[in-house]
Parts: sequence; C-alpha cells; structure tokens
Amino acid sequence: MEFQIPDFAPAYPEIFLLCMAGAVLLLDLFLGKRFRNLAYGLSIASLLATIAMIIGSSQQATTFNGMFLRDLMGDILKIAVMLFTIMVFIYSRIYQQDRHIFKGEYFVLALTAVLGMMVMISAGNMLLLYLGLELLSLSLYSLIAMRRDSLHATEAAMKYFILGALASGILLYGMSMIYVTTGTLDLAQIHAAIRTGDSANLVLSLGLVFVVVAIGFKLGAVPFHMWVPDVYQGSPTSVTLFLGSAPKLAAFAMLMRLLVGGLENMSGQWQQMLIILALFSIGFGNIVAIAQTNMKRMLAYSAISHVGFFLLGVLSATPDGYAASMFYILVYGFMTLGSFGMILLLSNKDSESDMIANFKGMFSAHPLYALVMTLLMVSMAGIPPLIGFNAKLAVINALVESRLYWVAVVAVLFSVVGAFYYLRIVKFMYFDQPGEAIRLNGGMEMHTLLTINALALILGLPWIGWLIRICNSALAQLS
Amino acid sequence: MFADHLLTVSIWLPILGGILVLLLGSDERKPLVRQLSLGVAVLTFLVTVPLWTGFDRGTAAMQFVEQADWIRPLHIQYFLGVDGFSMPLILLTSFITILVVIAGWRVIRDHLASYMAAFLIMEGLMIGVFAALDAILFYVFWEATLLPMYLIIGIWGGDNRVYAAIKFFLYTLLGSLLMLVAMIYLYYQAGHSFSILDFHAARIGETAQILLFLAFFAAFAVKIPMWPVHTWLPDAHVQAPTGGSVILAAIMLKMGGYGFLRFNLPILPDASHALAGFMIALSLIAVVYIAFVALVQTDMKKLIAYSSISHMGFVTLGFFLFNQQGIEGGMVQMISHGFVSGAMFLCVGVLYDRMHTREISAYGGVGHTMPLFAAFMMLFTMANTGLPGTSGFVGELLVILGAFKTNLWLAVIAATTLVFGAAYSLWLYKRVIFGPVVNENVKKLTDISRREALFLGLLAVFVLGIGLYPGPLLDVMHASIDNLVAQTSLSKL
Repeated sequence: MEFQIPDFAPAYPEIFLLCMAGAVLLLDLFLGKRFRNLAYGLSIASLLATIAMIIGSSQQATTFNGMFLRDLMGDILKIAVMLFTIMVFIYSRIYQQDRHIFKGEYFVLALTAVLGMMVMISAGNMLLLYLGLELLSLSLYSLIAMRRDSLHATEAAMKYFILGALASGILLYGMSMIYVTTGTLDLAQIHAAIRTGDSANLVLSLGLVFVVVAIGFKLGAVPFHMWVPDVYQGSPTSVTLFLGSAPKLAAFAMLMRLLVGGLENMSGQWQQMLIILALFSIGFGNIVAIAQTNMKRMLAYSAISHVGFFLLGVLSATPDGYAASMFYILVYGFMTLGSFGMILLLSNKDSESDMIANFKGMFSAHPLYALVMTLLMVSMAGIPPLIGFNAKLAVINALVESRLYWVAVVAVLFSVVGAFYYLRIVKFMYFDQPGEAIRLNGGMEMHTLLTINALALILGLPWIGWLIRICNSALAQLS
Repeated sequence: MFADHLLTVSIWLPILGGILVLLLGSDERKPLVRQLSLGVAVLTFLVTVPLWTGFDRGTAAMQFVEQADWIRPLHIQYFLGVDGFSMPLILLTSFITILVVIAGWRVIRDHLASYMAAFLIMEGLMIGVFAALDAILFYVFWEATLLPMYLIIGIWGGDNRVYAAIKFFLYTLLGSLLMLVAMIYLYYQAGHSFSILDFHAARIGETAQILLFLAFFAAFAVKIPMWPVHTWLPDAHVQAPTGGSVILAAIMLKMGGYGFLRFNLPILPDASHALAGFMIALSLIAVVYIAFVALVQTDMKKLIAYSSISHMGFVTLGFFLFNQQGIEGGMVQMISHGFVSGAMFLCVGVLYDRMHTREISAYGGVGHTMPLFAAFMMLFTMANTGLPGTSGFVGELLVILGAFKTNLWLAVIAATTLVFGAAYSLWLYKRVIFGPVVNENVKKLTDISRREALFLGLLAVFVLGIGLYPGPLLDVMHASIDNLVAQTSLSKL
C-alpha cells in the first residue's frame, strides 16, 4: 500500500483553531491575571478569523481517505457554532468576573469544545465522529465543574459525565454492530453497503437502535432526558448558555451524518423510533415545564420539547424536512442564547436571579428588556409574527408533505401547552408589580447584543426565505 | 406609487406609528402621546378612504392587489387585495380605532404610550388580516393580534385580568392552530401555493373537506364566538379596559365571520352544505339561548358581551343559508354590530369612568343627571334591539328574509331574537336610566363631555346612516356576494 500525504487544506480552519486554543492556553499560563481581557479578545478574534477562513475556502471536498468532509451544510453549521460561541463569550463576561471564573481555562475549554463540534460536523467516518463527540463532551464536563466551590455545579458535572459516558458507550456498541455487518466505519461505504445489501439484517437493526438511543441521550430527548434539567440548572449560567445552544447544532450534524449520510436506506426503521422520541419529548417537555419555578429548569424542559420538534423535521425523511430541521435548530439556538442572556442580565454578584419570579414587574422597571424577553418567549412559543413561528411552520410543512398528518396535529396541539408557560413569563413581567428593585448586570456590549438578538427575531422576517433557501441547498448537497 | 400601495400603507402606517409613539412617549409627555396617536389614527383612516371611493362596485375580483415574494422556498407571498367583504371591514377598523384613541384620552393614566401603541399596532395587524390573500400571511396577522390584546387586557384590565387575558390567549390560540395544519394541507392540494385564490380553485375530496371544514371551524367559531366555545368572551370583555372591549366586539369578532366567508364557504362548498344543519343549529342556540343568558346578567359589560354572541349567531345563521339575502344580511349585521356594540361598550365606559362599577344595581335614574347621555344610549339600545331606522334592523331583516326562503320555522325561531333582544336591551336601559335617582353617587354624575359627545355622536351618525340608507353599503358588497353564492353552489368533488 502506497502512502500518500493527505490534502490538509480543507481542514485548515480546524487546525488554525487548535493552534489558537493552544496559544491562549500558553499565554494565560505565562501572563496570568493581567491577560484575562486579552484572552477574551483573542478568543473572539480567533473565532472570527476561523469564520473568515471557512467562508473564504467554502468548498465541497473529502480528505484524509474520506474521514473528513467539507460541504455547505458543515460550513454553515460551523459558522453558526462559532457565532453562537462569540455571543456566549460576550454575554457571560461580567457574570464570570463576578464569580471569579473568568479564567484562561474557560476560553481554552470553550475553544476545544468548538473544535470538537467542528470535527463532529465534518466527520465522514464513525470513529472521527466519536472522537469529535468526546472532545466536545470532555470540554463540557470540565466547563461545568469550573466552579469548584459550588455543590450544584459539581453534582451537575458528575451527572453529566456519568450519563454522557454511558451514552458514548452505547454509541460505540451500536457502531461496532454496524461495523460487523457492513465491514467498514466509513459512512459513505456503509451507505453503499446497505443500499446493495440486506437492510433488514437483525444485527444492523440492533446497531441502529443503539445509535439512535445514544443520539437521544446526547440531544436530551425523552426518555433519555433525565440529565437535562439538573445539568442546565446546576451549571453556572454562563456554561448553560453555551451548553444549550452550540452543541445542539453539532448534534444535528451527527444525526445527519449517521442517519442520512450512513443509514439513509433504513429510514423506514429510524423514522418509527424518532416519531416516538419526538412526540414524547414534545409532550413531556411542554407539560413538565409548566410546573417549574426556576427559569433555567423551565428552559431545560423547553429545550426537551424543542428537541422533539426538531426531530419531527428529520423523521419526515425528505431533504425539505432536513432543511426545516436545520433552520429550526439554528433559530432555536439563537433564541436560547437570548433567553439565557436575560438570566445573566438579571444576575449579580450575590444572586443567580434564575427564578421565574425574578422577572416580576420588569415592565415597570425596564420596559425595553421586558419587550426583549417578550419577543424571545413569544418566539420560543412559535407564535407569529416572530421567527420561531416560521421555524415551526417549515417543520410542519415537511410533515404534511410526508403525509404524517396525525403527527403534525399532535405536535401543533402541544404548542398551546407550550404557549402557556412562555406567556406566564410575559404575565410576570407585565401584569405583576416588582418584588424588589431589579438591577441590570453586564456591560454595554452585552446590552446592545442582547437587544439586537431579540429584535432580529422580528426584524429578520423579510430575509427568512433567504435563510431557508440556504438550508435547502445545503441539504440538497448532502443527499 | 402611493396609490398602488394603499393596502401596504394602511397596514404599516399604524404599526410604525405605534412604534414611534412607544419610542417617543413616556408618562411625562402625555399630551404629545395623545396627539401623535390621534394623528396616526386619523391619517390611517384617511388612507383607507380611497379604498371605498376608488372601489369598483361591478366586479367580484380582488382590487388594490399587491403581490411580492416573501418566503420563496415555501412559496409564501406578500399578497394583499380586497373585495366587497374585506373592504368595508377595513374601513370599520380604521374608523373604530380613532374612537378608541379618543376614548382612552384621559381615562388611561399609567403607561399611556404603551396603551396607544398597542391599539395602533393592533389596528395595522387587523387591517392585515382583512387584506391578506396569502394564507400564511393571513395566519401571521391573525395570530399576531393576540399578543397586543393579551397585554391590553392584562395591563389595563380589571381585577381578574390575568385569568381573562390568559384564557383569551390560549382559547383563541388552540382554535387557530388546527387552521394552520389545514392551510398547509391545502397548500399541497392547490399545487404548492398558499394563495387563498388558488385554494378557492382547488379540488378536494369529501372526507378531506369535512376535516378541513372542522379545522377552520375551530379557529373561526372560537373567534366569532359561537356557542358552545364562547366562554372566553364574557371574561375578556368584562376585564378588558373600555378600548379593549370596543376593539374586541367591533372588530376582532368580525375576523371570525370574515374567515367563514373567505375560507369555509368558497373553499369547502360541499362540506359547508353537508354541515349547514349543524352550523344553523349552533347559530340558533346562540341566538335564543344566549339571549336568555344575557337577560339575567347583573354586570352591564357581561350583558352586552352576551348580546354580542347572540348577534353573531345571526351572522353565522345568515352565512349558512347560502342565499343572497342571508349572506348580505350577515355582512350588514357584522358592520352594524361593529358600530352598535362599540357604542354600547363606550356608553358603559362613560358610566364606569364616573362610578367605577359596572353593576346594574348601582345605577338608576341616570337620565335625571345625564340627559344627553341618556339620549345617545337610547339610540344605541334601540339599534341593539334592531329597531327600523337603525343599522341593526337592516341586517336582521335580511337574514330573516333569507331564512324564510329556506324554511319557515327557521325564520320564526330567528325572529324571536327581535323580542328577546328588545327584552334584555330595554330592561337594561330601564334599570340604568329611568326611575328615581337611587343613590348619592348617581346624583353627583355629570353629563358627557365634548370629547365623549364627539365619539358617541360620530357613532350615532353611522348607526342612523346605515339604518336609513343602506344602499351604498349593499352596493359595495353586491358583486362579491353574487360570486360567493355561485361558488357555494358548485360542487368541488
């Protein structure tokens, strides 16, 4: 066998980011405390530079013997992951400083997590996918545990680690079964092997079940959602913000690479599994969210229900459906950032301010941020004219196209349940009087970005079509 | 340029004006907020007037059409246009909003800018509902009206406002979500188009028609509201501030009636015929039973709210007779009810601002202290009972005529409303206005101010105008009604 040096060019953005993460780590080690604001700036700058590299080199390519893929879907998801991470950095600066966790490690771990996500997004081979997933997960475990003096954070990190490791094990087990039947780890070759071979093979089906279960764990879909509320609540809000937004995009990519890139010809089988996961997530997430008094916990259950909704697009098993899901998850990530940003805005040195009651009387105290939060919540509820509605519309449209009418009707009816708890926040802000004075935290840059974040959900309406079209063409390339 | 985008301007002018009011206004600058809001409302009304004057009465085709791509991958368009059904409703909206702004002039003390902005934004959204010819655009405007109304009830409402606001929101949301699924189904039936006009031409099977009918029915019946899904309305009306009640009764309920005309009847003619008996039965229950419920109310606003439900029963009854008179009567009834119910709620508002109670038993002998007000209220009460010469009469007469054509007994039952309507309206009037002065508070009442006389006077002009000379209004709707009657008689199977 002849040895060839693979083409490194498609992977330059990842390589660059890895170098920058190392640079931030080293600089922080030698310069210490004085350097913190520089680490902040440097991390954002390297993410921006990576985005520029991706845009500049956008292409469709395969390298490292099919291990590493570059395509439009991957590029868009990577850009979104990095933009979300930049927003996370900006939203969480003051919060981190107040809690003495504004450290170099925070930025390094976040950058390696981003790297892990980029690897996952670009994986053309099950091993590389697993590698990216582990890089992401390990960075997240440490990020959650960064507040060593907090019992809740330690507990959350422990829980996430144990369940995450279990899920990884299940994923590997499923992959090994797929390997046994197809004889390869390469997703494109698996695709070919299943198309020509026997897709009703029992071992293969079992492998699929394990893979779907692992994905369910990572996404936090019912019945594999147990870790979500505890981890969301226990983590420092700055980490929850990160955890709840960017990794969802990577999980979407993982779903696409595995189920569509590799196991597309078994869609009849995974469709059935995903229907159950999706509908239970939507139902359970929405109903339990009503009972929450803690904002982070409520948003965790809301995340479960949104994951269910986004799975609906995938299970319609059409390129339009995948595109709808991608659009949905992009919009969802954006809304989540704003919502957790609002919690960060209310928090201060002494208090996390993560109870729903903290929002009481917001309208009298800060009408602008009451409006910002209202836009975010109404968009989450999927009520027009906000963009959250267009995302739901695209998914339902895909379901109706695939003639899954009853699924569409059930999903839509649970939206009413969802509307109830989002509106309850609006009720607290507008109809109740403030309990104690509401102080706003955060710097100028955060306030501006948060306002833009919310207003974009309504002012972006004329450009929705453009965004959906990009998602459509990205997914058309995939299949 | 301007003339080609009349509908766009009438939708976005009040919305942008509302945002401007929100940005400039604070509770320290109330005069500015008031004048700016009134300016925007009057300007919007003036923009909508050319819709009436420039309207071609000879055609049922859409007029003032504007069409542009919005979300191209899903074939959703920014598609506007009006016909004989929607145009009068747009004018009603822009007119009533002026009155609401004037009615809130001095009464609202807290967050005045937000109050005015909410009504102006809602005006634009409601005009959007009537002007939209793309189903998704219609849905967006339709649902978007919920949020301002939710805030209006919840912030400026009565003691039990939170319950009423949430009930209003969830009830109407639940109703309209199924409509969304129905629209997406029709999108595929109409060859990948969300245009309502393409929906009209789509061929649909029998079972599908029935299911689609029920989905649209869920949305419109809740909104209009029909018995038995009307229970949100009395709560919302009682808790809402006067302006909110006026908009609810005068315009938001009409969105439901308009929906039946725009979707159910022309898109699903076979299902409409198959379910006509069901619809008529529900309408008659509303007309008769709800009238009895209105009779026993002790709260003035609640009484008028039930009277609204009873009157809207007449509207749906007229629509599902499928003949010229019935549909025409239903439409006239909608417009007339817009003026009359608005006027009745404003009358209650006038009393409430002075006495801070809506209990009928707290009043009596108001006619002694407020003679001018008593005269206005007399007129509107009479219009509410359907007295000849007022707008209320025209619609009811036409619907009863239409019912005679279909079935004698139907007409007889429908006609009882003239008796029951008179009973609860006149009894209300008697208890509030006539008799000796019952207590010190009533004795201290002052008659209406010039501001109040202005809005009640304007409404009186329209109530009498339509009642005495309904010709111009009927002319406008004629061609569209003929077209609709033809559409409903053609099977789509």
